[in-house]
Amino acid sequence: MSIAETMIPPQAPPPAPPRPYTLSRFIGSVTLGVWLALTVGIFLTVVNGWDPEKFSRYGPSFMSGLGVTLMLVISSIVMGAILSLPVAMGRMSKNKIWSWLSYAYVYFFRGTPLITQLFLVYYGLGSFRPQLEAMGLWWFFRDAWNCALFTFTLNTAAYQAEILRGAIQSVPRGQHEGAAALGLSQRVAFFKIILPQAMIVALRPYGNEIILMIKGSAIVAIVTVFDLMGETRRAFSRTFDYQMYVWAAILYLMMVELLRNIWALLEARLTRHLKR
Amino acid sequence: MSGLFAALFSVFAWIGSIIDPLCGPIGVFRWFGSGTLLACGDAGWGDEIAYGFLVTASLAIATLPVGLVAGFFIALAKQSNERQLRLAANIYTTIFRGLPELLTLFIVYYGLQILVQQFLATIGYEGPVEINAFVAGMIALGLVFSAYCSEVLLSAFKAIPHGQYEAGDALGFHRGKTMRLIILPQLVRIALPGLGNLWMALLKDTALVSVVGLPDILRQTGVAARVTKHAFEFFGIACILFLILAMISSVVFSALERWTKRAEMSR
Repeated sequence: MSIAETMIPPQAPPPAPPRPYTLSRFIGSVTLGVWLALTVGIFLTVVNGWDPEKFSRYGPSFMSGLGVTLMLVISSIVMGAILSLPVAMGRMSKNKIWSWLSYAYVYFFRGTPLITQLFLVYYGLGSFRPQLEAMGLWWFFRDAWNCALFTFTLNTAAYQAEILRGAIQSVPRGQHEGAAALGLSQRVAFFKIILPQAMIVALRPYGNEIILMIKGSAIVAIVTVFDLMGETRRAFSRTFDYQMYVWAAILYLMMVELLRNIWALLEARLTRHLKR
Repeated sequence: MSGLFAALFSVFAWIGSIIDPLCGPIGVFRWFGSGTLLACGDAGWGDEIAYGFLVTASLAIATLPVGLVAGFFIALAKQSNERQLRLAANIYTTIFRGLPELLTLFIVYYGLQILVQQFLATIGYEGPVEINAFVAGMIALGLVFSAYCSEVLLSAFKAIPHGQYEAGDALGFHRGKTMRLIILPQLVRIALPGLGNLWMALLKDTALVSVVGLPDILRQTGVAARVTKHAFEFFGIACILFLILAMISSVVFSALERWTKRAEMSR
C-alpha cells in the first residue's frame, strides 16, 4: 500500500472551448442593433424636435387623456365584474332559457369587434332618439363617454363571465363534496371554499382582460372621446409631429408593463402556498 | 401570357360572382334584400356591403400566413441559445403586445408614409404619397399577430419533449428535417387551439383598419348608415356579418383540430 507523498497541485480548468460564431448570434446582434438604432433615433428626434411650447401646450392634455383612459378602464372593469356575475350564473344554470340567453349574450359580445359594438351603441341608438327621449334615457346616450362606458361594460362583462365560469368549473368536484360532507350550506361552501380557489385560477385571465381593455379603450378616440389616443390624434392633426404617436406609445407601454409586473407580483404572493 | 392571366382572372371573378354568398345569384341579399335598403346594385347597399365583407375576409386571410411565419421565427429566436437573439425577440413581443392595435396601425400608417416620402425625396420625387390602407393594415395586424403567435408557439415548443429532437438526431436527420418531419406536426397539434383564438382576434382587429380608410365591412356599413340615417340597422348587419365570419372560422378550426388529431387513439 502506498501513500501519496505529494498531492497533485491544483490546476486551472481547461480553457473553455471557443464558441463558434453562429448565424443566430449574428442575427441577434443585428436585430439588437436595429432596436438600439431605433431607440437612439427616437431619442434624437425627441431631443432635436424638443419644443417647450409644444410640451407645455400638449403635455397637460396628454395627462388628462391618460386620466380619461384610466377612468374608463377602471369603471368599466368594475361594473363589468358586477354584471358578469349573473351572466356567469346563467351560463352555469340548468335552466335552458337562462343558459341559452347568457350564451347568446357572451357569443355576441365576444364574436364581434368592440369598435362595431361601440358604433352600434353610439350611432345606432342615436337613431332611436324619440323613443329614448320618451323613456328619459336620452341624456345618457347623447354623450359619447357614456356610450363608451356602456359598451365597454357590456363587452368586458361577457369576457369576465367566461373567465369566472371557467375558473369556477375548474374547481374539482371533490371540493363541493368535501364541503357537503362537512355540513356546510351551499352559500357558505361557495363563498368560503369554491370562490377562493376559483379566484386564484382566474387571476391571470383577469389581468389579461384588464390589459385588453386598456388597449381596446384606444378606439373611443374615434367617437370623439378625448382619451389618451384622442388627445394624441388631436395633437397630431394640429402639429403633424410624428413624436406625438411615440409619446402615446411610450405611455401605453408603461401602463401595460406596469400592470403586468404588478400582476406577476400579486400572483406570486397569492399562490405562495402552492409553491413546492 | 398576360392574356392567359387575364382570362384566368376573369374566370375566377365569374366563379366568385356565382358563389358570392351575399349578392350572387343565390346570395342572401339578392333573395331577401330586394326592395329594401340591402338590395344589390344601385338600388341598395347590398353589393357595397358584400364588397366590404370580401375585403375584411381577404385582409384577415392575407395577414395570417405573414403573421404565422414571422411568429414561428420569433418563437425560434426566443428559445435560441444566444442571449442577444432572445433579448431582441422579447423586446419585439413586449412592444407589439403592449401597444393598442389602433396605435400600432396609426404608427405604421403615418410612419410608413413619412418613410416612403423621405425615401422618394432622396431619389428626387417630390409629390404627395398615399400609402395603401390594405398594405398598412396587413403590416400592422401582422406585427401584432406575430407577437402573440410567437408566445403561443413558444409554449407549444416547450410542450414537446427533448427526446423528440434526440430521436431526430438518432435517425441522422438534419436540423431542418427534424423540424419539418418530427417537431412541426406535433407543434401544430398543440398550438392549434391557441392559434384559433388568435385568428378570432385578428378577424376582429381587421375592423380597426376601416379607420384609415379601408373599405371593409365597418366602413361600408358606416357610409350606408350616414347616407340613409338607418344607423342601427346597418351596424347591426355589420355585427351579424362579423358573427358569421366567427362562426365559419370556428367550424373550420374544429374540423382542422379533428384532422390533426386523426392519428391519435380514439377512446
